[in-house]
Amino acid sequence: MSKNKSEYLINRHDNQYEVVIGLEVHAQVTSESKLFSTSATKFGAEPNTQVSLVDAAFPGMLPVINEYCVKQAIKTGIGLKAKINKKSVFDRKNYFYADLPQGYQISQFKDPIVGEGKVILDMPDGQKEVGIERLHLEQDAGKSIHDLDPKNTFVDLNRSGVALMEIVSKPDLRSPDEVNAYIKKLRSIMRYLGTCDGNMQEGSLRADVNVSVRKKGSKEFGTRCEIKNVNSIKFMQMAIEYEANRQVDLIEDGQTIDQETRLFDTKKNETRSMRSKEDAHDYRYFPDPDLLPLVVSDDFIEKLKSEIPELPDEKKKRFIDKFKLSPYEANILVSDNETSNYFENVIKKSDVKLATNWIIGELFAALNEKNLEITESPISAGNLSKLINLIKDGTISGKIAKTVFEQMMEGDKDPKKIVEEKGLKQESDPKALEALIDKVIDDNRDKATEYKSGKVKLFGFFVGQVMKVSGGKANPQLVNEILKKKL
Amino acid sequence: MSDITKQSLSELVENIKSKKLSSSEVTKAFVERSEKSKELNAYITEDYANAFNKAKKFDEKPNLDLKLPGIPMAVKDLFCTKDLRTTAGSKILNNFVPTYESTVTQNIWNEGAILMGKLNCDEFAMGSSNETSFFGNVQNPIDKNLVPGGSSGGSSSAVAAQLTPITIGTDTGGSIRQPASFTGTVGLKPTYGSCSRYGIVAFASSLDQAGPMAQNVKDCALLQEVISTYDEKDSTSIDFKRNEHSKELTKDIKGKKIGIPKEYRVDGMPKEIEDLWKKGIEYAKDCGAEIIDISLPHTNYALPTYYIVAPAEASSNLARYDGVKYGFRAEGENLIDMYEKTRSEGFGTEVQRRIMIGTYVLSSGYYDAYYLKAQKVRKLIKNDFDDAYEKVDAILTPSTPSSAFKIGEKTNDPVSMYLNDIFTVPVNLAGLPGISIPAGHDAKGYPLGLQIIGKAFDEQNILNIAYAMEEKINFKNNITDWWIK
Repeated sequence: MSKNKSEYLINRHDNQYEVVIGLEVHAQVTSESKLFSTSATKFGAEPNTQVSLVDAAFPGMLPVINEYCVKQAIKTGIGLKAKINKKSVFDRKNYFYADLPQGYQISQFKDPIVGEGKVILDMPDGQKEVGIERLHLEQDAGKSIHDLDPKNTFVDLNRSGVALMEIVSKPDLRSPDEVNAYIKKLRSIMRYLGTCDGNMQEGSLRADVNVSVRKKGSKEFGTRCEIKNVNSIKFMQMAIEYEANRQVDLIEDGQTIDQETRLFDTKKNETRSMRSKEDAHDYRYFPDPDLLPLVVSDDFIEKLKSEIPELPDEKKKRFIDKFKLSPYEANILVSDNETSNYFENVIKKSDVKLATNWIIGELFAALNEKNLEITESPISAGNLSKLINLIKDGTISGKIAKTVFEQMMEGDKDPKKIVEEKGLKQESDPKALEALIDKVIDDNRDKATEYKSGKVKLFGFFVGQVMKVSGGKANPQLVNEILKKKL
Repeated sequence: MSDITKQSLSELVENIKSKKLSSSEVTKAFVERSEKSKELNAYITEDYANAFNKAKKFDEKPNLDLKLPGIPMAVKDLFCTKDLRTTAGSKILNNFVPTYESTVTQNIWNEGAILMGKLNCDEFAMGSSNETSFFGNVQNPIDKNLVPGGSSGGSSSAVAAQLTPITIGTDTGGSIRQPASFTGTVGLKPTYGSCSRYGIVAFASSLDQAGPMAQNVKDCALLQEVISTYDEKDSTSIDFKRNEHSKELTKDIKGKKIGIPKEYRVDGMPKEIEDLWKKGIEYAKDCGAEIIDISLPHTNYALPTYYIVAPAEASSNLARYDGVKYGFRAEGENLIDMYEKTRSEGFGTEVQRRIMIGTYVLSSGYYDAYYLKAQKVRKLIKNDFDDAYEKVDAILTPSTPSSAFKIGEKTNDPVSMYLNDIFTVPVNLAGLPGISIPAGHDAKGYPLGLQIIGKAFDEQNILNIAYAMEEKINFKNNITDWWIK
């Protein structure tokens, strides 16, 4: 049995259980207009201001496919290394609800636009491949608002008809951490492609989470439960932990799992039964007779392929090969396009190793503290590059650079000016340093004698003293060299 | 000029163009006759005042280059008309006023025609006698208490009674051709994809087609030319080169091969229908056509196939009438209760029956046995026609298995009612054009129609054959104005 550090197992008595997870991610397609109508899709608009006659299902209204959304779905499929189906079919999923004006959702059931693909996860102990079962296009429903009035429900149809991609994974995920990595990777790929903004607060990315458990080593899948519509990674992880433990408890108690749909209560941190398999809707799927099968040509797909930008996996490989970054560093820097662009701008004119450390270390910490995105960074790539060059050419020490960096964070100032204005330039003149060192040795004669008699640990003390006397500006490397000679 | 309403569309257009008649005069004549004909119950909604205003406006600045200059007309109440109530013959849309216009009606107004009102029809076009309309039965002007056919019963009655010079209907399984046959008028169901479905209240999306209804073939050709356009708003609209039917219309059909399908000789077919068909064959021969026996082997399965496909689509298409957004709403305890009450009270029994059939055939466990199988059979039926058209240019059949029946005669026997569509339904399933022309009378003096079925997009050919045969048949409708006191 392979030893796997990140293996996520649930232990009960003498039994170890493995958790099997599959995700159905609903990703809102980045598009100005809806899947089958010309209404706008802007988030946060006044209720019912982005609704056409088609979206509100008026008599005689017909859907017309938005070609842009089709392109977006195919691009996403290419990003997922998936098979693009040249012929796909839109079906009607029939059910009644107040925020579903047509009485059916137009979706793709039997023949989705994108078939099998894969996503590579970078886990601490290596890479893991997660299979993609399919990706299909479908309409979003409207929104029912139950808390505006004690007796009535209000309906906002702005979202009605907005294009979604449902991305179905294979049951390849085994832990909440993998789910985290999977969602982040999926989000990253779609953001690189510009096909989904991945904004979970605005509901652009939601998931139905399928969870089952099985005894470690078992090849059979357990009975799964589907947790509907979870809208943050944290909640997904919490829901999985709760649900997996619930299922293990049932099994340990000699009970069976009912296949059912459950809801995650974020306040109580628990999942609750929504409906059992017996109560499952019969959606009466059938091909939408208002729409012809969607047929795309090889040329159409090839043209889209040519428009695909460098994606995270390829970029990571390039960063490792070309810039000799570690996989860990590369992973962090390619997580989104903005970060990698920033990095590449910084290293245009400065040392890669230093730039990597400064971005991943100081910059990320500082941005994090201020709760800023990389695109909102007070320090431009150009100025960070200058700062790194000041370190590299010995103008300032790394320690001084941190002081300069802090000032730069207050406003995008040229680091050279800060160094000049504050007189922070590093002392690298050997003569000046010798004088300083002579004085320090003179002032600490007794310690110098001890050092010479073998107490080599005291070397650090002398370095410290020299730095102190110089106000931190002494070039540490030169100080080391000269001190060694003098002592 | 007297007897304006007796004039054909072509004559009216000619008289308006030559300024012998004004649009106002023509409109007044048809409105007056419509007013005197309330007993026929052909209209659901009248819009006479607006019609007069539009006619006046037209006369002030007449554009005589248009194809339907100042011609008043009423249309089936399945076409959404901007600012004028559109009910689809249903209580559930009793108070529905669209803010938009269907493409087909817009095409008509663009050519100068004027809307007089909305014509009665079976509820959501589901029926063969106009008896399922929430707005009551329509009388066939041929005889009292006789159905005008359906679902475009108000349309056929209005054209036959000369309340409107022409009209448009919709045909999902025969709803233009059967009422045309029952009233001694001409009705064309175009190729699927010829006329836009945008703004037409949907019954069964893969079968619904709008089409012209008129007193003669020439008028029918002109109206078809006006309504058939490619429309990006309907994804099933087809972009093909459209004929100028009225200009290209010819009686020269010499050498045309006309097929006679043996499977249309159904069990229990009345002798007078058989005789009519034989007569039709003789007329076609007289016109110089060549008659060829053909086989459409899957004809028997057309009706059951239709009664799976059409209700399946309808059950889904009608889900939007739920009391939430527009139309009739019954108050309920909660959402589900409101749905149940709204739909139970808002839909009539035939519509409810078809929604239930459709829901059933799409249900999991039944889908493969019914819906999927029906789709396969539909393909076979289409293949039959494709094979036949290797040998012939058009197919001649009776339009209906009987003449018009009495109101109430078949209301309690849905299957017998459904059998009315036996000759027309295969044409919808195959997406082909078909025209019904009046060709004779039965023993009671009621009109009987012949159907000419064409190849896809070959409307011009069947219009030509109909035009040639029309002359030989020389049919005269026997309308006594019995309802005018």
